[in-house]
Amino acid sequence: MSAQHTYRSTLSIPSQTERLNDVREFVSALARTHGFGEDDINKITIAVDEACTNIIKHGYNYSPDKHIDVEIVRNGNDFEIIISDKGKQFDPKAIQTPDMKDYFQHYRRGGLGVYLMKRIMDKVEFDLHSDKNVLRMIKTLH
Amino acid sequence: MSEFKVTIRPRDNNIHVLELKGYLDAHTTPVLEDSFQKMLNEKKYRLIVNCKELSYISSAGLGVFMAFIEDVRANNGDIKMSDMSPKVFNIFDLLGFPMLYDIVKLEEEAAGKFETAK
Repeated sequence: MSAQHTYRSTLSIPSQTERLNDVREFVSALARTHGFGEDDINKITIAVDEACTNIIKHGYNYSPDKHIDVEIVRNGNDFEIIISDKGKQFDPKAIQTPDMKDYFQHYRRGGLGVYLMKRIMDKVEFDLHSDKNVLRMIKTLH
Repeated sequence: MSEFKVTIRPRDNNIHVLELKGYLDAHTTPVLEDSFQKMLNEKKYRLIVNCKELSYISSAGLGVFMAFIEDVRANNGDIKMSDMSPKVFNIFDLLGFPMLYDIVKLEEEAAGKFETAK
């Protein structure tokens, strides 16, 4: 399987919000290298930030000594980001698409990360394994 | 580490401007929360958030605006936003924030949307 990948790069960060900038720089630099325009680079960067923020907040409950692994794989025109953690599992099916009208009417806060990821990436998939959670996101180069 | 700074500047008509600079993410949101809280503590409810130097925002940053808008409006004030780069506006727009907030091109325009202070 790995033979068909034209490119692969990884970064592991501790589960700390102050490291979000490192992930953003890592991902945006690679997206730029792979030919994405500024708008797509911003979207990819935000999607990865949202994913890591959710893991730090909900998966690891702000415990700072855990890890998040970020892997970038370029496969044909697909720029794939695979984010793995060993935090608390959640049921991806339980995440509902927010009704934004209701959200604003009731001044709600939070809970927009996954929705935003799905809006700005071409594909978002959660795979739960017994030993880790894996999130795969794809942005396709056109 | 992400860098983010808020500078508060009073202007005419009892309005205060919060100038945002840098990266607003889950790490830096407390800086903006503290600034809004300071405004509320001082009973300053006519606020413009000038985003001219805001390079980046994630949903954690958007959440700060949601946390304060109700209190601000309950006191006959508002949080209006101006001078966003297309990149930052795009994220507000994707999530429908223009439904709840006045987001305008220039600070001057935002200031004009406040009624004259009594």
